[in-house]
Order: sequence, then structure tokens, then C-alpha cells
Amino acid sequence: MSDLIQIAQETILAPVGLVEQDLDRMLGELTGSGVDAADLYFQSSRLESWVLEDGIIKEGAHNIEQGAGIRVISGEKTGFAYSDELQLPTLQEAARAARAIARSGADQSVHIAGMPVSRQLYAPVNPLPSLSEIEKIDLLRRVDNEARQQDSRVKQVIVSLVGAHDVILVAAIDGTLNADVRPLIRLNVHVIVEQGSRREQGSSGGGARENFDYFLQEDRALGYAREAVRQALVNLEAVDAPAGAMPVVLGPGWPGVLLHEAVGHGLEGDFNRKGTSAFSGRMGEQVAATCCTVVDDGTLPGRRGSLNIDDEGTSSQNTVLIEKGILKGYMQDKHNARLMKVASTGNGRRESYAHLPMPRMTNTYMLPGEHVPEEIIASVDKGLYAVNFGGGQVDITSGRFVFSASEAYLIEDGKVTRPVKGATLIGNGPEAMTKVSMVGNDLKLDAGVGVCGKEGQSVPVGVGQPTLKVDELIVGGTEQ
Amino acid sequence: MEKRKSELQQLVEDLLGEAKQQGASAAEAAVSSDAGLSLTVRLGETETIEHTRDNGLGVTVYFGQRKGSASTSDLSPQAIRETVEAACNFARYTSEDPCSGLADAHLMATDLPDLQLYHPWKQSVEQAIDLAIRCETAARELDPRIINSEGATLNSHNGLQVYGNTHGFIGGYPSSRHSLSCAVVGKQDDSMQRDYWYTLSRQGNQLESPEHVGKVAAQRTIARLKARQIPTQQAPVVFQADVAVGLLRSFIGAIRGSALYRKASFLLDHLGKPVFPEFVDIHEEPHLPMGLASASYDSEGVATQRRNFIKNGVLESYVLDSYAARKLAMQTTGNAGGVRNLRINSGGLDREGLLKKMDRGLLVTELMGQGVNMVTGDYSRGVAGFWVEDGAVQYPVEEITIAGNLRDMMLGLQEVGTDLETRSSVQTGSWLIDKMMIAGE
Repeated sequence: MSDLIQIAQETILAPVGLVEQDLDRMLGELTGSGVDAADLYFQSSRLESWVLEDGIIKEGAHNIEQGAGIRVISGEKTGFAYSDELQLPTLQEAARAARAIARSGADQSVHIAGMPVSRQLYAPVNPLPSLSEIEKIDLLRRVDNEARQQDSRVKQVIVSLVGAHDVILVAAIDGTLNADVRPLIRLNVHVIVEQGSRREQGSSGGGARENFDYFLQEDRALGYAREAVRQALVNLEAVDAPAGAMPVVLGPGWPGVLLHEAVGHGLEGDFNRKGTSAFSGRMGEQVAATCCTVVDDGTLPGRRGSLNIDDEGTSSQNTVLIEKGILKGYMQDKHNARLMKVASTGNGRRESYAHLPMPRMTNTYMLPGEHVPEEIIASVDKGLYAVNFGGGQVDITSGRFVFSASEAYLIEDGKVTRPVKGATLIGNGPEAMTKVSMVGNDLKLDAGVGVCGKEGQSVPVGVGQPTLKVDELIVGGTEQ
Repeated sequence: MEKRKSELQQLVEDLLGEAKQQGASAAEAAVSSDAGLSLTVRLGETETIEHTRDNGLGVTVYFGQRKGSASTSDLSPQAIRETVEAACNFARYTSEDPCSGLADAHLMATDLPDLQLYHPWKQSVEQAIDLAIRCETAARELDPRIINSEGATLNSHNGLQVYGNTHGFIGGYPSSRHSLSCAVVGKQDDSMQRDYWYTLSRQGNQLESPEHVGKVAAQRTIARLKARQIPTQQAPVVFQADVAVGLLRSFIGAIRGSALYRKASFLLDHLGKPVFPEFVDIHEEPHLPMGLASASYDSEGVATQRRNFIKNGVLESYVLDSYAARKLAMQTTGNAGGVRNLRINSGGLDREGLLKKMDRGLLVTELMGQGVNMVTGDYSRGVAGFWVEDGAVQYPVEEITIAGNLRDMMLGLQEVGTDLETRSSVQTGSWLIDKMMIAGE
């Protein structure tokens, strides 16, 4: 029996008097003819957040989320019910509701067995008490102070610190019994600067599956403060962005949101099983330039998007999505993998016990190429160099995607010249990826603030890429 | 429902009492309890049936001018105790904030009329599946170019919410919300597109018919097939009513107190100044019977009332809760939790009339991305829609962007259509805007 399973049982089951045999019995009641899969998902999480604004500690909040979700699958049909009460009769009522999806069948016996977790990508720690309240407040104040010290034009600083301790346990009629303890922390800095009548904003931050002292190491927290101010001051100088089709060079790291939108979502198993993705039925085909190799890797130690196991108890893995431009793999959860007759890739994720799992990304990034970044910029006569982004969005079916630059510069005659205002970039996923013509040798992952939304469910993710050039994207500025 | 309501009211009273006992000088608490059914059919078969049941409890305590908050989805006595303790613990560490505290006692709502928000939809799971199948079938059978489906989804939710504070205010009411949506995929040659439609109401029998929802979803999908790009140019733009809602929301976001005291709004210091053309009035109607956003008190217990935000194009009021109001040395407008049933007046033209008035330009039916900068008003979004010439739709367009500044867009508003979008707490017809920059091929 692994330590994690023991921790989860002590945290979630023991306080309400549930034991492993109760799970066996409940799973037994979920089996029968017509039932292809069924699982129980228990969750107990604590979240804490602090906000500094106007130089004072304005808010502190604590959240408890606890409950169980019960899922029964019959063919392509899924029955689902959940409860925030963990008493056996309530759970059994939820199980009956979920079970109604498969009409008949007699109970069979199920025995679940713990599977040893071979690796730990993050320690099973609770970050909430990892700094004292006094130390957390001191951290917020120092970040505020650092931002204000950078420049007298800084007028407003908002710093938020969030930590979560999430314990999950999943048991399934295929014998799965697995658990995970998932710490997650995040620090964000948002600043407003003012010069004359002009105001601009900048923001920065980072996070990881670590204790809070992560922010004290390597000058991280104060670095976020300086970065937020730097961005805001750059934006004070920004001129109107150009409008139209042009070459775009994307900086390393967070601009990898391009991959998340342009290819990531389109390669999730559910859309491809249903044939609704622009990438459907294209396995083995050339869908990107040969310089592009893209992976989804849930196994990076300590990363925001990483998972020891996914929310179905499957070990996360490093899945090659596109190799040298050829479509190699989809991201799968158990349900879609079974219907497509392949194996789960450990991408079955859910926002909480109250949501159904589905194929989701973990950390999605492009492997480095051979060009030095300067060489890539020098190759562009007139274009855009975009280094920071807000969010993005994709229409899976048509392949159209957007992502919005929050820090960008003009490239003129091979040189980065003036900063331009934020603008939305739009393209078509399969098409844009064939227009990637140069990939840098400077792979970088984002700082750990990504949140991905799909069908109303949010999960933490990571992105990354080296500097890269797309020969043509549409830049949504105002200057013709 | 009445029994559950009195249970939740008792819970709120207990929470407030517990907070006082732990030394809080003031406190407020909100509890909600929702139950519902959410099901999806796809290609004529049931795909998912979800029985939802969500509880939530939140408490904020004040120790003088210091504040702490906590919430829980677990309503067991142990979790509730932990929650109140956590809130009180935070209040030991947060700073003295002269603006913090409950809303003023004399502003509490005293008249709590029944706004008729609760209309449970009595139907079996089988009947609900049947409605969804009828909806999806109507979409799939409309046109042979509809080749696939993401399914039809029926949602039916009933909820109960109670709010109370240590001024002695306590209020609670049940509400319901039902919807039916459908999304299908169309294909013609190499062009594959999806689109959707939905209907939403407090009352099940007020929803559009399943067949109508399916048919509109399919028509919208078919209309997008073979979409093309257009050249980069400046042109007038009509935002169809369902996407014009987003423009109205951006305006509201810019006059929200939290954005103003942070100096994070492009409408800073605009009170009493024209921000729209003279023909524009915008008001909220919080007491509308059966309204999607109706409430007789806001999330601080303050009485809500009919309010003009824009009169003859001039900004008459901000959107304030008590905290932002104190920061700005003003009075709360009873908008803690947002605006309620906001509406902009329309001229006499329907959508077709707007297209005729525009003559040549872009009809936007979908917006993509988050390219709205609330500090500067800079606006840049991905769009899909239709190119219009001689006042009529010519062909679908996609993979283009539109850009401008919200301040200019609001002042450049030419006409608001009569085609009111009613599925939202913020309601408007289509907008015709004089000019925006379109980026394309």
C-alpha cells in the first residue's frame, strides 16, 4: 500500500468512518451487465488566499471543498452523481442515480488494490502552513514595496497569494485504487502606472506544486514585481499595433499558449472520437512544419500542470503529439481511450468531484530547434515580435484560434524597434503550424500561472516553447 | 422548499451567532443549496445524465475594520466550525481598512416582494431526454450538410439562497433556471463549421420549442460554411444582439466601483459626461417578475431599485457596492453582486433595418479571445460573421479581427436594434458602430 493512499484514506475516509471495504461494496453495487466502467472519486481540499491592495492586507479567505463523485459508463453513455456529504447512505443514493444509466444487471464483487506509485513529481505537502501568517504578510508587503520602488509612475499594486492542498482518492471497478496529494501555489502581481493622462497595466506571477517558500527562493517573488512594472512601463510607450497579415516571431515560454490553442485542444481524445476536430482522422499525416515537435508532458517535477496520477488513477506520461510535423498521438482519458480502442495517456482530468473527467492537457510545449533567437528576428523585414500574452481561445471544428498579445514590438529590417499596444492574433491551427519556419534553441516553460477552461471546467496547466517564427498570422491592430 | 429555507435561515443565524461569540464585531453570511439535472443526448442517444447537488456557505467577519472570509461546500457541523474559525483567524492578520465593513444599516431592504423566480419543472428524466432528442433531431434533419453533432443538452436547476448579517437583516428566496441547447457540425467540401443555439428561462414552459432551438442551431451552422477572409480595411460594423451583450458588459465593467478606485478603467472621472450619443438610455430593473437577474436586495442586503446609468448619453451613476462607495466617498448603488436586468433602449430598426442603414460593412456574429483592455479601452478581438453589401448579407467571413477603442466605439454607436437578446441579465438589441479597423488577408 502506498503512502499516498494511506494519507488519502486518513484525510478523507477515516473522519467519516468509511473503510476500504465500503468502497469495494459500493463498486460492487455499480457493476453488472451493461456497465463498462465505473469509478468513485473522493476529494478533500483546502484553499487559502491573501490579497494586498493599496498597500494594506485587504483580504484573507479560506475555502473547503469536499465530496465524492460517482460515475457509471455503459457504452457511450455516462451516468454521474455527486455529493458533498460523505455519509454512506448519501453516497449509495448518488450511486443509484448514476447507476440508472445502465438499465439492468446483477451486482458483482469487486476488489480494489493499491498500485504503488513509482515516482513522486512533488512532495505530498500541505503548503498552507508552510509559512506562518506573519511570513505570508511580510512576503506580500515586500512584493508591494519592490514594485513601488521601481518607478514613481507606479500608482496601484495588487498582490495575491494563493495556496491549495488537494487530496484525492479514486477507486474503479477495473480494480484501480489510487490517490494523490497535490500542493499548488501561485503568486500574482498586477500594477497600474500613470504618466500624464495615460494609464497602463502590467502583470506577472508564478506558481508550482511546492511549499510557499518557493517564492522566497531565487528572488522569485520580487522578480515578479519588477517584471510587472517593466511590462507596464513598456506599454506606456506603446504605439498603435499594425493590422493585417504579417510574419510573427513569438518569444519563448508563455507564448506557448499558441500550441495550447492551435493544436492542443484539437488533439484531445473526445473531439477526435466524435470527429468534431479539425484534426480528426489525420493521424500519421503532416499537420505542421517538419521543425515542429510538440509534446504533452505531465511528468515534469513540481510543475503546475504536472500530476503523479490523473483523476482516473492513471500515471501521467510524456505523450508525443506531433513529431517533426507528423500527427502522432491524441490525449486520452479512460472513457475515450476505450471507445477508440487505445490506452489512456493519463490525461483524464476534472475540476473537482462535482465534475466529470475528460481529456485535458498537462504541460504542453514544443521541443527546441537549432536557431539562435537573434537569427530568427533578423530574418524578418517587417513583422511583429510578441513576448507576452493574455489568454487564448479555439474553435475546435474550424481550427480557428486567437491569442491576445499583452507585450509586443515591431520588427523592422530585422531589428526589434518600437513597442506596440496589445493586439489579438488569429489563425487556423493546422494551417498556422505548417507556416512555422524557424524554431529557436531556447526552450522555456512558463512561470506557472496557466488555467485552462473547457466545457466550464478549469484546471491548472503549463505551456512552453522556444522562440519561433510563423511566416503569416493576422495581427488585429488598428494601423493599416 | 419552505422547510429547507427555514433550515438555511437557521444556519445563517447560527453562523452569525458563532462569529459574534468568537469576538467578531460584525459578520455576514450567505448559504446556497442547488439541485438539478443536466443531460446530453448525441446522435439520438443519451450521452450523459448528471444529477447535480451543490451546497455552499460563505462567511465574512469584521473585527472592527479588519476583515476575514471563509467558505465551504461541506455543510457538516465540523466544516462549519472550521470555516468560522478560519475567517476569524484571517481577521487577526488583515490590515485596518477604514472602508471595510457591512453596508450601512439604514440601507437594508425592508420590503422583500416575491419576484416569482421559482418555477420547478416537473418532468421525468425520460421526458427530458425526449425533449433533447427532439431538439437534436430537428437540427440533424434540417440539411444534409449537417454531418455531425455535439449533441443537445437540457439543464434544469432549482436553488435556494439565504443571506443575513448582524444588522439583523435576513433574506432568502428559491429560484429556478432551465435551458435547452444544441450544437451541430456542418461540412461542405473542405469547410467544417460548428455553431449552437440555446433557450433559457426561469420557467420550463417559457422555453423556445426544442424543434426551434435545433433548427436555429443548424441554420447558424450552415450559414457559416465556406467562410472566407476579407482584406484589411476600415468599415462600419454591426454587432448582432447576442454578441453586443459583451459590449454592454464591458461598459458596465468600466463603471464598476472596484475598477474606478483602482484607476483601472477607461471611464475614470466620466460621471456627468457624455459617453454615448444622446439617443442612448441604459437602466436596470431589479424587480422584474421572473427576471433572470431579479433580486429585491443585493449581496450586502441593500435594497435594490430601478436605476439609470446612462440618460441621454450622459453617465449618471456608477455601479457600486458599499466598499467601493466608501473608497470613492460616495453612496452604494445597491450593486454588490452586479447589475440586475440591465437594458439599453432601442431605436425603431430591427436587425435587417440596421444592415440596410449600414449598407456596406461587417456583421459580427461571433467574438473570440479576451482582447479587451479595461484600463485603456483598447479593443482587439477575433471575429466571425458576414460581409454585407447593399444592405444585405453576401457571404460568411472568418479568421479576421476587429480593433478600436471602447470609448470611440461607444460614442460611435449609430443605432441599437429592436432584436432584443433576452437570455442574459444584460439585454440589448444589435449595435451599429460607425467604423472599426478590420484585419484580414
